[in-house]
Amino acid sequence: MVAFVTSPFDAVAGIPDGATVMIGGFGEAGQPVALIEALLEHGARDLVVVNNNAGSAEVGLALLIAADRVRKVVCSFPRQSDSWHFDEKYRAGTIELELVPQGNLAERIRAAGAGIGAFYTPTGYGTLLAAGKETREIDGRHHVLEHPLRADFALIRAHLADERGNLTYRRTARNFGPIMATAATTTIAEVTRVVPAGGIDPENVVTPGIYVDRVVAVEPASGARDAARHGRGAAT
Amino acid sequence: MSEAGSTTSRRGLDRAGIARAVARDIPRGSYVNLGIGLPTTVSAYLRPQDEVTLHTENGMLGMGPEATGDDVDPDLINAGKVPVTELPGASYFHHADSFAMMRGGHLDVCVLGAYQVSVAGDLANWHTGRAQDIPAVGGAMDLAIGAKQTFVMMTLLDRQGHAKLVQACTYPLTGVGCVRRVYTDLAVFVLAGDAQAPTVTVTAAFDATVEELRELTGLSLLDGTGS
Repeated sequence: MVAFVTSPFDAVAGIPDGATVMIGGFGEAGQPVALIEALLEHGARDLVVVNNNAGSAEVGLALLIAADRVRKVVCSFPRQSDSWHFDEKYRAGTIELELVPQGNLAERIRAAGAGIGAFYTPTGYGTLLAAGKETREIDGRHHVLEHPLRADFALIRAHLADERGNLTYRRTARNFGPIMATAATTTIAEVTRVVPAGGIDPENVVTPGIYVDRVVAVEPASGARDAARHGRGAAT
Repeated sequence: MSEAGSTTSRRGLDRAGIARAVARDIPRGSYVNLGIGLPTTVSAYLRPQDEVTLHTENGMLGMGPEATGDDVDPDLINAGKVPVTELPGASYFHHADSFAMMRGGHLDVCVLGAYQVSVAGDLANWHTGRAQDIPAVGGAMDLAIGAKQTFVMMTLLDRQGHAKLVQACTYPLTGVGCVRRVYTDLAVFVLAGDAQAPTVTVTAAFDATVEELRELTGLSLLDGTGS
């Protein structure tokens, strides 16, 4: 059963120290900023965060990293022109990094949600990121064995939720949301609006409600987010 | 190129010239991913009648030009996190589908930048290997091995004057044996053969002779310029 809560603070209740937390988003598109800020307020520490990036500027994940709440980041692309909080912690040796090719990151998350034990992929074969991993030649091509990536919690940003927890997304803000929703024990979605059951055409549901545990409606991109966005450097 | 003979005038193609050369070789109707940075500029030289569909790995086919003014939507960005637009017939999908599309060989061409490319088609473009540099791979490893053809665009020489087309890469690899064509300011190279006996053919040279290119690279290049 999906629970509808009234505040982001209530939505992230019960995330303990040491939890593995998937956070949706590619850069700021699809980043569940309200949930991350609530997690910051809750005070959980020693978190392992799975995201494509490692935070940018003074928004969301970057603030969680700045506040020393994150022990380890699992991501594909930490270094950006405005990832100064991560850069500082990484250079100081106070944050751990597991670097994963982006497609492997996505497929490992998908595999976890789909009950796949592990999979062979050609991505990364012969590179530093495959060092020490099992390899196998299949049909004349070299592959690397990769394992699923699961989490205790997934925090995602969707567009609409209906009363059954079915979700839709907006444009490229979809990115990791649908797969992270499947790979966590508890999936928490912030959405722009909640509509009655039947308010989303079943043909258009992207994430079926079976994957969603808690939903909170949050205003779309707030003034605060815009201000932070204008304060950052050029994207890379 | 200009005959001005000034010391600042460069030899060969400028960045736009390289981008045009790449665009000319993208078959009509292709599905294409353009990597972050220099490769992104290729889109400016693709004409509507070429019917090329651009893929961005953060979950979209049918990407349009960069968005400006009221068209900027924070939920619609490209892999470089730059706001873009959607063209009629565009589609959105999640990250696992986007990389399945790539890894599964459904994209026709991927264009990437490079630190180095080896004669056997090995690509190095994600990490300098220097300890003080924070590594960031993004989708580079998936892109390198996923598309039916991987093109590289780069300057032939680095800032120290060393050739970036090499016998064997010294930078950490992104992918093994994955590059088919290399577009540079001085020449276009086609890589073929097998890993044991790779061949490199110069198919076009710009303000340089094949002999000069052999000297610059130290490689035994085949002359396919027809000149």
